[in-house]
Amino acid sequence: MRWLRRNLFGGVWSTLATLVLGLLLVRLGTGFVLWALVDAQWTVPMTANGPDTAACRDAAGACWAVIGEKYRFILFGAYPYDQQWRPALAVALFILLFVLSAWRRMWRPSLALLWVVLLALILALMWGGFGPLPFVSDTQWGGLPITMLLSTFGCALAFPLAVGVALGRRAERMPVMRLVCVLYVELIRGVPLVALLFMASVMFPLFMPVGLNPDKLLRAQVAIILFAAAYLAEVIRGGLIALPRGQYEAADALGLSWWQKTRLIILPQALRLVVPPLVNTFTGLFKDTSLVLIIGLLDLLTAGSVAIAEPRWSTFGEEVYLMIGAIYFVFCFIASRASRHLEAPRLEK
Amino acid sequence: LRPAFWRSEALRGLFWQCLLVAVLAAGAWYLAGNAVRNLAARHIASGFGFLWQSAPIPIAETPISYQPSVDDYARALLIGLLNTLKVAVCGIVLATIIGTVVGVARLSANALARGLATAWVEALRNTPPLLQLLMWYSALRALPPPRQAWHWPLGIVLSNRGLIVPTLHWQAAHGLAALAFLAGLVVVLVLRRGGRRPAWPVVLTALVVPPLVVWAALGAPFGVSVPVLHGFNFQGGLTLTPEFAALLTGLTVYTSAYIAEIVRAGILAVPRGQWEAASALGLQRGQTLRLVIVPQALRVIIPPLTSEYLNLTKNSTLAVAIGFQDLMSISETTLNQTGQSIEVIAILMAVFLVISVSISAAMNRYGTVLARRYR
Repeated sequence: MRWLRRNLFGGVWSTLATLVLGLLLVRLGTGFVLWALVDAQWTVPMTANGPDTAACRDAAGACWAVIGEKYRFILFGAYPYDQQWRPALAVALFILLFVLSAWRRMWRPSLALLWVVLLALILALMWGGFGPLPFVSDTQWGGLPITMLLSTFGCALAFPLAVGVALGRRAERMPVMRLVCVLYVELIRGVPLVALLFMASVMFPLFMPVGLNPDKLLRAQVAIILFAAAYLAEVIRGGLIALPRGQYEAADALGLSWWQKTRLIILPQALRLVVPPLVNTFTGLFKDTSLVLIIGLLDLLTAGSVAIAEPRWSTFGEEVYLMIGAIYFVFCFIASRASRHLEAPRLEK
Repeated sequence: LRPAFWRSEALRGLFWQCLLVAVLAAGAWYLAGNAVRNLAARHIASGFGFLWQSAPIPIAETPISYQPSVDDYARALLIGLLNTLKVAVCGIVLATIIGTVVGVARLSANALARGLATAWVEALRNTPPLLQLLMWYSALRALPPPRQAWHWPLGIVLSNRGLIVPTLHWQAAHGLAALAFLAGLVVVLVLRRGGRRPAWPVVLTALVVPPLVVWAALGAPFGVSVPVLHGFNFQGGLTLTPEFAALLTGLTVYTSAYIAEIVRAGILAVPRGQWEAASALGLQRGQTLRLVIVPQALRVIIPPLTSEYLNLTKNSTLAVAIGFQDLMSISETTLNQTGQSIEVIAILMAVFLVISVSISAAMNRYGTVLARRYR
């Protein structure tokens, strides 16, 4: 009772706000429950011409049958149906990789090796073409693995580039190097990702030798790497700036060369400082890969849109988008909570 | 003791920079060579001459007059830019308002307000903006057709053709009244320059009386254009198409969640002592916020807010996915029709860089003005 009084009815305005918001919440809540549960259709009858969605059209509520019918396509795209355990396993490996990387005890140089091994394993699993695994072309990949692939490879391959650019932008005695790095970061960050992806899909072939036309997935991946590197570079630069000057001076006093100083003193500390913003950048990228819809690559969101392009399911977009939204939410929410626990270690000044 | 000359830092710096320039130049040379050969193979002449060819692009929303196949590509792209600016400006204003309300609600003493604001922020920040946009668009498209449209108070009509609001019949008297208002505004600003602020009745009189007098002297004309069902669609009023409405809603709602967090962090960054000092002075909560907290919080808020404004502007290119014809969408069509990819992309990049720099410059200026006022 005391909690209620203090938190809901502490004064005229607070009481009024509680009443208005409570009424709104009850109305929206019951509306949603009616739509999503009470009036919803869970299955549709199967006919010779495929599923018959007439019952769904007449129902006032949601049509969850569309999920039951399409979830395999939304999750795995056009990957051969009987081989879909492979993308499922790939997704599991990605999750394993994230969980291991979030474990502080794993933060040592050998983590990079683990990334290389696991990512190579994932690619081998997806492509196949050896032993009992038949070859599956990447034009058939789709759904959740594409989303994870683009964002994870995007970050992993952008990372070395980002470290280089961040260091280059801090190089005090090299004006040309600094200028090149600043131009790169500001140009990429000033332009929307949609424009970059679009550029990759129309301009990339133009700059390749005549006749060579890299596939759509690779082109999008290159654009995402270049995009991610600019943002990661800014985050890493933040860490380089936040590191106390004494660390740089102490390294110089020890007579370490630039490479030794950077590798042994600066980077290990600076990178640890920026783990939370790095995770945020990664979640941002995970959400942003959905933009490949614009160049027609079959990621999770595009697969959902394609699934409801079929006329008989075309009016049930909300159901599919809710499901896809829930998947994105789970990953991003967990990542953002985890990044809060990976608080930056305290520096001794 | 000096190190050997090849160990000197200056020489090493020079070496690495020369190497970088050489690599970049070689890369650029290789790519440019490929581009020249590819363009020759496709028979595309480079240059910006295509801008003055007539553009057969049908455009649904045209803030300035435009006829497909009569007007040129330059005008089509200009319309795209105007559409981008329209949605960005409206989005920035609305997202700031909603974001501030939600951000303050997250710090409210009321648990329900706090909980709803937190749910708002978490749900919106953890899903892709494109997904939200598609959801808004499909929700707007699922509205009833014009014949069964929802009629709201004040003559607002919502149907699957969009949101229609009544507008004023603009006449000469209204224009003159607006001029009178501007004159009043100038008077108020001149009065303020004297040092002390004029009392509020003076301000109110200066701003309200001249336009009213002008309007009444010209016969007080007043007419409203109300949406009326005509055949299968509405006529009159101002229509927000479903595409524009969905894009504006999507961008506003998504960005408001980020702005809410920025506002919350900004308010929390003001030390507790400031609240306590204000209450010791006998200020009420509203006064404390307005006079003590917000001016100090704004200094923390401005830089991240700037980058959110930039993000909103960049995210407006998601319009491509729902067919709202912004700059990106018209560039894409232009590119497909003319094949001038390098030129079109160059224009696109230049325009976005100019927009980004302008927003940053404006916000920086605002920041310095603030810093000067509340030292």
